[in-house]
Amino acid sequence: MEPEIQTEVAHGEFVRGTSLWRDAWRRLLKNKLAVFGLIVVILVTLASIAGPTIIKRTFGFTPDYIPTGDMKLVRSFPPFKGPDGEFSWKHPMGTDNAGRDQLARVLQGGQISLFVGIIATLVSLIIGVSYGAISGYVGGSVDNLMMRIVDVLYSLPYVILVIVLLAMFRSQTPRGQLTLLFVALGSVSWLTMARIVRGQVLSLKNQEFVLAARATGVSAPRIIFRHLVPNTLGPVIVYATLTIPQIMLTEAFLSFLGLGVQAPLASWGSLAADGIQNIAIFPWQLIFPGVTMALTLFSLNFLGDGLRDALDPQMRTV
Amino acid sequence: MLRFIIRRLLITIPTILVVITITWGLIKLAPGNFYSGEKRLPPAIEKNIREKYGLDKPWYQQYGKTMWNIVRHFDFGTSLRFEGQSVNGIIWRSLPVSAAIGILAYLLALVIGITMGSIAALKQNSRWDYSSMALAMLGISIPNFVLGPILVLVFSLSLYWLPPSRWGGFPSWNLVLPVITLSAIYMAYIARLTRAGMLEVLRSDYIRTARAKGLSEKDVVIKHALRGGLMPVVSFTGPALAFLLTGTVVVERIFSLPGLGNYFIQASLNRDEPLIIGIVAFIAITLLFMNLLVDIVYAYLDPRVRYQ
Repeated sequence: MEPEIQTEVAHGEFVRGTSLWRDAWRRLLKNKLAVFGLIVVILVTLASIAGPTIIKRTFGFTPDYIPTGDMKLVRSFPPFKGPDGEFSWKHPMGTDNAGRDQLARVLQGGQISLFVGIIATLVSLIIGVSYGAISGYVGGSVDNLMMRIVDVLYSLPYVILVIVLLAMFRSQTPRGQLTLLFVALGSVSWLTMARIVRGQVLSLKNQEFVLAARATGVSAPRIIFRHLVPNTLGPVIVYATLTIPQIMLTEAFLSFLGLGVQAPLASWGSLAADGIQNIAIFPWQLIFPGVTMALTLFSLNFLGDGLRDALDPQMRTV
Repeated sequence: MLRFIIRRLLITIPTILVVITITWGLIKLAPGNFYSGEKRLPPAIEKNIREKYGLDKPWYQQYGKTMWNIVRHFDFGTSLRFEGQSVNGIIWRSLPVSAAIGILAYLLALVIGITMGSIAALKQNSRWDYSSMALAMLGISIPNFVLGPILVLVFSLSLYWLPPSRWGGFPSWNLVLPVITLSAIYMAYIARLTRAGMLEVLRSDYIRTARAKGLSEKDVVIKHALRGGLMPVVSFTGPALAFLLTGTVVVERIFSLPGLGNYFIQASLNRDEPLIIGIVAFIAITLLFMNLLVDIVYAYLDPRVRYQ
C-alpha cells in the first residue's frame, strides 16, 4: 500500500525500508497457528465455491438431486456407503433423509454461511467506520452524544431483539429472509468497530497531514474518508476478521432456531439443525456440517488473532 | 460512588423503557398478528377476543396501557397462547430452570476457565499454554447446538451414562449435559481473559516487588497476581450474562427444558405479544442491573477505577 522508502545511508548504499504491511505479513507467516488458519480458510472457501460444480462433473448430481427409481425405505446412507451397504466413493459424507449427497450440501451450505458472514461484516464495517470516524473527527458534544448512544446500544440484549425482529418480519421468500438476516446481523455488530475507529481517528486528527489538508481547504467528508479512514485500516482489518466468525456463529444460531436461512437455501447452521432431528439414527447428518463449521470458525479465529498480533501488537485483548 | 450509582440508574431505567418500546414497535409494525396464523377464527369470535385483550383500540392507547401497566404494576397482562395464564406467572415458573443451569454453568466455567488461564499464563509458550489456548479456541468455535447433541450422542445414546433430555428437578443428573454445553463458551472466554490479564499483571512492578521481598511463588500468584489478573474476568460478567441468556435459548431447546429461553422462542414464533414483551423486559432488566452491579464490584476491587 505504502510506497517503499529507499534511504541513502552515509556510504551510498541503499537500505530497503519495510512497509507496515510487509512487516506485518512477515510476522503473520511466523505464527504457525495463523498460517494454519489462513490455509484452512482458503481451502474451505475454494471448496465451497468450486466443490458443487466438481461433484456435478464427476458424479453427475447437484446438491438438490434427489435420487429416483428403485428407492429403499431408508435413503440416508452412512459415509462411503452405497444403497446396499457396500463401499462407495460416491457419498463421502453420506446422504440426508431425502437421499441427497451430504458433501455437496455441506459445500453449498458453506457458500451461504461464508456469504452471510462476509456481507453482514461489510454492512457492519460501513456503518461502524463511518459512525466512528465522523464521531471522532467532529468531536465535542456531537462526539459525546454519538458515543453515549453507542454505550446505550451496547447494553441492549441485541440477540433477543434480533430474534424478535426476524420472527416478526419473517419473509415468505428465502431471498427476502437472507436480506433481512444481513441487515439484522450487520446493524447490531458495528458498535465495537465504531469505538475502535473513533479512537484511531482521535489520535490521528491532530497530526500534520490532517492539518495540511485542512489548510489547503479540503472538505471535512473528504478528510475523513480519504485521509483518516485509510490510516485506520490495520485495526479495522483485524476486527473485521474477528467479526466474520462471530456473525457466522450468530447466523447458525438463528438458523438453528428456524429464523435464519430458509429452505431451499441451506447454511451450515440450518443443515446442522436438520441433522439434530435424526441424531440418534443418522448422526452423520449433524456431525459433518457441524464439524466443518467449527473447523472454519476455529481457523478464522486463529487467523484473526494472528493478524492482530502482526498488525497491532498493542491491541491484545480478547 | 453514590452519585455514580444514581447517574447509572438514570440511564438504566430509560434504557429498559426503550427496549420495551422497540420490542412493542417491532411487533406492531410487522404485518399480521397472533390471530393471522394457522388457526383462523370466525370473524365474530376474533372480534370478541380482540376486544377482550384491548387489541381493537388505536395503537397509542394500546401502547399507553401496556407501558402504564408495566411501570405502575409490573404487570405484563395474560398470554395469548397459554390462555388464562399471566405472563408474570409464566416468567416466575420458568425462571428457576434457566437460573439453575445458567448459574451452574457460570460457576463451572469460572473454576475451569481460571485454572486453565492461570496455568497457561504461568507457563507461557509451554505445551500447557498452547494446548489450553487451542482448547479455549475450540470452545469459542463450536456452536453449542452442535456440542450439545454430540454430548448426548456420546454420553446418553452410546454410553447410557446420563439422561439425554427433560427437566428432572434440582439437583438431578439431567442437569449435567445442559450445564456442560452451556458453559463451554464461557469457559473458553474466561480462560483467554485470565491468561491475558495474568500475563499483564505478572510483568508489573508490584509482582516484582512481591518476588523481591522473598514471597513464595504460591503466595505471589494466589495473593497478588490473581487479584489483578482477574479484573478482565470481572468485567466480562456483564457480557457473559448476555451470552448466558442467548445460550439458554439453544440449550433449553436441545434438552427440552421448560425455561425462559424456550418460552421466549415459542412466544416469538407464535406472536404471543404480551409474553414476548414480558420476557424481553425481564431480560433487559436483569441484564442492565447485572451490568450496574458488575461496575460497582469492579470499582470496589480496583481502587484505580474512579467514577466522576
